[in-house]
Amino acid sequence: MASAPKLVIDHVSMAFKTPGGTFQALAPITLAIPPGRFVSLIGPSGCGKSTIFNIIAGLLEPTGGRVLIDGVDATGTIGRVGYMLQKDLLLPWRTVLDNVILGMEIQGVPLAEARARALPLLQRYGLSGFEYLYPNALSGGMRQRAALLRTLLFDTDVILLDEPFGALDAQTKLQMQEWLMALWSDFRKTVVFVTHDVEEAIYLSDELYVMGTRPGCIIDTVPVDLPRPRLRTTALTPEFVAIKERCLMLLSTPAASAQKAA
Amino acid sequence: MAVQDSRLDDIGGLQGAAASAKPARRLPVQKDWPAWATITAQIGVLVGIIGLWEIAARLGWLDAFFWSQPSAIWRTLVIFFTEGDAWTDISFTFRSTILGFIIGTTAGSLIGLSFWWSRNYAAVAQPYIICFESMPKLALAPLIILVFGLGLTSKVVIAIALTIVVSTLTTFAGVKALDPDGEKLFYSLGATRWQVFRKLVVPSCLPWIISVLRVNIGLALTGAIVGEFISSQHGLGRTIFYAGSTYEISLVWVAVFVLSTLAVIMYAAVSWLEGVLRKGTRQ
Repeated sequence: MASAPKLVIDHVSMAFKTPGGTFQALAPITLAIPPGRFVSLIGPSGCGKSTIFNIIAGLLEPTGGRVLIDGVDATGTIGRVGYMLQKDLLLPWRTVLDNVILGMEIQGVPLAEARARALPLLQRYGLSGFEYLYPNALSGGMRQRAALLRTLLFDTDVILLDEPFGALDAQTKLQMQEWLMALWSDFRKTVVFVTHDVEEAIYLSDELYVMGTRPGCIIDTVPVDLPRPRLRTTALTPEFVAIKERCLMLLSTPAASAQKAA
Repeated sequence: MAVQDSRLDDIGGLQGAAASAKPARRLPVQKDWPAWATITAQIGVLVGIIGLWEIAARLGWLDAFFWSQPSAIWRTLVIFFTEGDAWTDISFTFRSTILGFIIGTTAGSLIGLSFWWSRNYAAVAQPYIICFESMPKLALAPLIILVFGLGLTSKVVIAIALTIVVSTLTTFAGVKALDPDGEKLFYSLGATRWQVFRKLVVPSCLPWIISVLRVNIGLALTGAIVGEFISSQHGLGRTIFYAGSTYEISLVWVAVFVLSTLAVIMYAAVSWLEGVLRKGTRQ
């Protein structure tokens, strides 16, 4: 925690105007994430996880507060963080390779150079043989890999992953989690991860933010002090189970009462 | 064990009874002919129709004055191509159709795509577009001829009027069907509006634009011919109109035949174009 935080969410709040008045989607939220950390947001649906992501990515102007990246105000500016949405959003008219270089292409990197940079990564991270195929030829897991590589190749220090494995079957999901861990330890990006799956969050993260709803807020911060690299069997250790229990307890308490207690 | 066995027997007996009570039915199977047989049959039908027509006309079953007959049509065809203005007429109709098709489709697609740029502009324009769409555009044809003259221009304008609205509406439907998350992805990567338009909106709408090409070639042809019907100095439409009013029925058939050939050629060209464009969309 000695280094300056990479990403700071400083009293960010969000209210939407509705016909029935204003709807407070996010209570002022403050987070500071050090560089190279993997943190997860978990919480019930409607707790504003996607709203936070849209604000960090600059796609939504918060009604209050600021987003700082490397100490610089980045509120409402786009192209500062890599953002992977729930859907893979691969463009069907582009090959896998050309999909993966989209971020670089938009940033003005010459095509030939972008392709040359992407090719070895595709090969190293399990997409070799798929480079020149179109996305409709890929399985769900492969599509997610391509989408994630696209996000990584955008080459920002902060990466937001919004339930990237939500739509995958259990088997593929486990493989993808291990694959993501390998990728993260190679790239050392600051990752903010959103998931419904408590076990997935614990397995992947250094720290968990448990969110409550109405308005969206952070009820508690749960550190995950499990040694890395983590094995599948880590999920069976008493430490892991204790963290899981704590998270499930937090999630089952009504957020409002939890807030009053705090 | 014994109990189980007898139960199994019971079930077996039941199944046997059910099977014998119901006649065994099989999946109906249709056997495909080989390609040569299909083609032979297709040609056979054509030859049969022409043969019957000729015989009926010669035996007086059909009034050859109104219906003409294949032998007379053939003679007229030869005269039309050797002594008449066949090539002038064909090229006139062909040019107005193609020009109307290209200008109408391109302009319509561009207008449809332009609605992506501003929701306000789209909202203002929409009632006018729908109005123009529901209007029978051929009713404007006499006016268009008055304004644009008897030449090629007026035919092209009628063809444009018919094709432009369909293209606009279909492309706009494509714009409305865009996945907002796609735009979100592009903007999260720091894209400009122009980049989103070029790299996302246009390719996403391409299948919609392609789907309208085939319809538009027919519409453009209709527009050009109706324009020639009303007033023109050249063209296959004018030939049909002129021949009909002077009871030269075989010439009507010749012109219709040439027109159909022209239409088939243009359809083939559009199908080829579709194939080329679709290769780029992979959907």
